[in-house]
Amino acid sequence: MTETAEKPVEEMTFEEAMRELEAVVTRLERGDVALDESITLYERGAALKKRCEEELARAEEKVAQITLDADGTPTGTKPVEGM
Amino acid sequence: MSDLLDDPRPGQNLPEYTVAEISGAVKRTLEGAFGRIRVRGEVGRVFRARSGHLYFDIKDDRNVLACTTWKGQIAGLSVMPEEGLEVVVTGRMTAFGGQSKYNLNVDEVVVAGQGALMALLEKRKKQLAAEGLFDPARKKPLPFLPRIIGVVTSPSGAVIRDILHRLRDRFPRKVLIWPVAVQGESCAAEVARAIEGFNRLSPGGALPRPDLIIVARGGGSIEDLWGFNEEIVARAAAASRIPLISAVGHETDTTLIDYVADKRAPTPTAAAEMAVPVRLELIAACDDFGARLTRAASDAITRRRQRLADLSRALPRPESLLEGPRQRLDRAGEALPNALIRGVQTRRLKLSELGGSLRASTLRRAIAHERRSFAALGARLEPALVRAAAMRRERLGTLAARLVATRPDRAIVRHRNDLSRLLHRLSTAARGGIDRWRRELEATDRLRETLSYKATLARGYAVVRAGGRPVTSRAQALPHRALEIEFADGRLPVTNAPPRKPSGRDDSPDDPGQATLF
Repeated sequence: MTETAEKPVEEMTFEEAMRELEAVVTRLERGDVALDESITLYERGAALKKRCEEELARAEEKVAQITLDADGTPTGTKPVEGM
Repeated sequence: MSDLLDDPRPGQNLPEYTVAEISGAVKRTLEGAFGRIRVRGEVGRVFRARSGHLYFDIKDDRNVLACTTWKGQIAGLSVMPEEGLEVVVTGRMTAFGGQSKYNLNVDEVVVAGQGALMALLEKRKKQLAAEGLFDPARKKPLPFLPRIIGVVTSPSGAVIRDILHRLRDRFPRKVLIWPVAVQGESCAAEVARAIEGFNRLSPGGALPRPDLIIVARGGGSIEDLWGFNEEIVARAAAASRIPLISAVGHETDTTLIDYVADKRAPTPTAAAEMAVPVRLELIAACDDFGARLTRAASDAITRRRQRLADLSRALPRPESLLEGPRQRLDRAGEALPNALIRGVQTRRLKLSELGGSLRASTLRRAIAHERRSFAALGARLEPALVRAAAMRRERLGTLAARLVATRPDRAIVRHRNDLSRLLHRLSTAARGGIDRWRRELEATDRLRETLSYKATLARGYAVVRAGGRPVTSRAQALPHRALEIEFADGRLPVTNAPPRKPSGRDDSPDDPGQATLF
């Protein structure tokens, strides 16, 4: 958590956000942080949770097949149906 | 009867063929007699012609069978013949009349027994392992949640269905399928090119670069899977900068690509499970974190509130804090008037004690005593003064007497006498010196006279001067207007007039200025 504490939440990957969220929760639950800090931690935890939820909501399936020319060089994609 | 017939010459009745006829006959015989056959042997020399046709030998310890596979047939081979490989080839015997050779046109090659194929695989494994391609340190971690997954497989078939199905169950993602042949001769090259091709894509481009690759194929015989044992596939997988999962065949089939992949999945479905986490679980975990976060934060406040309440209960009432001091104040307040009265009384007592000893007669006695001592001192004052003056006067007299004994005027007289004596001696000595110097001077002057030019003048010579200085040549005299000639009996001034000449020239060497002098 210390190494990512400075990183803005928006720039985090899902995994980073999830891992820090867990660390924040664990720290808060331990109950040995000052009140001021616990408020800061809570706010950061809330932002991290929001970030994770956004990523989880962005679950879209999109399947495409690469089209190749005669030499096997990719030329584009075509949608894949029925799978 | 025998004489009726021509005695045939030996061999005369054998049929005679042309080369083409016999070549064709042999070819037909070979093809007819054997048809489609299977031959087992070890692959010898392998040669692929520029035309695309494949030529190779199958041999045992003594014999060699030439084999040919035409370009169009190669794709149908499940295993590419490789030198040293024990194979069973299938094809038709035929002959090539152009070279008087027979050969087997092979349309199928299978490895002769698992042992031979496994030995080949083992050899390749050793070689790649020696190069460090299986090193665990080379393995890249898989992304926790890839955005785009590239799948290298056959676009039709159960494998891609299984993968997409499992992805959909767990966490729907974007999937790019790179279609390849998953068996046959072109399989290895296509798979290698697909892995390299995915790596060449740029993130966010028209074809977005995946952040995870799955190379998948369903189960099959070792020959079917053989393409994934080819070195180019293993090297492409090892060189991939994108993390790669291999999922080739069933769990028991281990191919070369499995050793170099960052992760090996036993089945295509398992590859999908490795690729993405379960979304619902993540949502649950996220919710759980959220709940714990809120609880922990509110707990932190509740705990502090409780603590505050506890502490404030332990705090004494302000009244109880003041009780003691207030009592002391009351007591002191009550005691104050009595204490004041007692203090005044004590002081008054002391005053009356002191006032009792204070009387006018006592004062007067003291004054009289002081006056007496004053008078006594006054009487002693004058005699003391007189005595002191007399003492000082006496001292002055003593010093004055000593002063007279050393009078300075006498010393002055004595020194003056010494001085006049010395002056007399000085003037006598000086006069003697002067007389002596005068005599020497006169003698010297006489000598000077005898050596002077004046004596020469007496002999008739003269000195010429100009401006007070003697001139000794015409050239010196010429610029001067006035000259002076000194004879023995006196000096004569003369004028040095310029020579009068008709030519008007200033000077002439034949006519010195001296002519005008006279």
